[in-house]
Amino acid sequence: MPNQFRADFPVLSREVRKGVPLVYLDSTATSQKPQSVIEAMDRYYQAHNANIHRGVHTLAEEATAMYEGARERIASFIGAASSREVIYTRNTTESINLVAFSWGRKFLKPGDTVILTEMEHHSNLVPWQMLAAELNVRLEFIPVDANYLLDLNVYADLLKLGPKLVSFTHMSNVLGTINPARQIIEMAHQAGALTLVDGAQSVPHFKVNVAELGADFMAFSAHKMLGPTGIGILWGKENLLESMPPFLGGGDMIKKVLLRSFQANDLPHKFEAGTPAIAEAIGFGAAVDYLNQAGMDRIEAHEREITGYALERLAEIPGLSVYGPALEHKGGVVAFTMENVHPHDVAQILDTEGVAVRAGHHCAMPLHQKLNLPATTRASFYLYSTQEEVDRLAAGLGSVIKMFG
Amino acid sequence: MDDLYREVIIERYKNPVYKGELDPCDIRFEDENPLCGDHIRIDLRVDGQGNVSEAAFSGHGCAISQASADLLLESIQGKSLDEVKQLNKEDVLDLIGIELGPVRLKCALLSLKVLKAGVYGVGGSSESLVEGA
Repeated sequence: MPNQFRADFPVLSREVRKGVPLVYLDSTATSQKPQSVIEAMDRYYQAHNANIHRGVHTLAEEATAMYEGARERIASFIGAASSREVIYTRNTTESINLVAFSWGRKFLKPGDTVILTEMEHHSNLVPWQMLAAELNVRLEFIPVDANYLLDLNVYADLLKLGPKLVSFTHMSNVLGTINPARQIIEMAHQAGALTLVDGAQSVPHFKVNVAELGADFMAFSAHKMLGPTGIGILWGKENLLESMPPFLGGGDMIKKVLLRSFQANDLPHKFEAGTPAIAEAIGFGAAVDYLNQAGMDRIEAHEREITGYALERLAEIPGLSVYGPALEHKGGVVAFTMENVHPHDVAQILDTEGVAVRAGHHCAMPLHQKLNLPATTRASFYLYSTQEEVDRLAAGLGSVIKMFG
Repeated sequence: MDDLYREVIIERYKNPVYKGELDPCDIRFEDENPLCGDHIRIDLRVDGQGNVSEAAFSGHGCAISQASADLLLESIQGKSLDEVKQLNKEDVLDLIGIELGPVRLKCALLSLKVLKAGVYGVGGSSESLVEGA
């Protein structure tokens, strides 16, 4: 059955080189963009471009309505109680930094504990390391077990330290592990800790509802979910966001400014200083519309099918090892190594056959150290991925073996 | 691809001639390319005239980094340390005989970076010794 989404993504019909069609298996790094997202941003620049808020002219009103309308749709996409809880940032990384900077500096004291996990992306490690160095905060890590899952028994022990925050990835960008977020959050709350969910890999790929999860904060990026780069979201419970001081200072985040003082604006604008990425927010709204129309349940089912097929095909390849949990715990990410061939060489040879995968540590160096691997090659899937593309990947890996075998 | 993975690259990667360790040695230096996790150590023995008498590399990395290390060490056999100091990016590219983009260039030049840092005796600040590495 032909994939019904592919035709909506202009880049997917290009050839990498003459006669070599693109097989894009790097959606975990960034997704491709449908025509509707590209057009929404284009239309804004062609017909409505103006700065938002406070302008009284027609274009400014239109731009503001488009920008805020996107926020409303993003809020309802994740089940937020109100769009006041949805803060535009640059990306997941900035969202986590915002919490570390604003909430962390106000509420963490020397000796307090923050719990992270061994499978975090650098974006959910480094902000806390910086804070730990500054405030003498203690960092603890939920280990990854032999099945590539978080060890929740160790987590239960760590919670006895009385942590203030548990910040964890909903889905690993290397292993594909989908962590039991509800359980992790419930356990944290019983221990009196708040929770931050790194949703960079989960929100794009299956239905994530912050109310059902019971989370306190969640961060994610538009560009991994069919939207543009340069815009992401911090969602937080309203009372928490209200209790936090502003992050960056400047225009739009204020109600009133005197020479020596200011009064912060209401949510969500309190955390949005300066002219934001307006076209990108509008593009993000269009991306959410596309995902809603495609149906998150259908996307999840499709990716599970493709991932299962990929795992079968890769299992046929001699000397290839896959790193990640069983399919029932796994999203559409397959990291692997090949005997006697460096991951960069694998990726380079695949590229010559038009297959785009990623090689390296995927911004998760501590996880690779834990697995005792300098690097892995990673193929990842999205709603537009097909079995034929997995076949092209497998054929390319055959070429790798032929060359290096 | 056939350009990038010339036979000599694959051959040297699979069967390196200068892979190993020299213990004792006169000059030893190691460094890594954090982007790829590639790691190379070079051991040199220098004779009374200040010429390289023996050279070996150890570590791990991609075919480009390993093959260029092997070819580089072959090229410095019997050379004076002053001559080694003069080696540059073009010399390595001539040795491996392929064109590389900026990402893979770092792989090819890692061994030169390590070698020059060792010969100059400057641990830790080898970035400036090799343009593009």
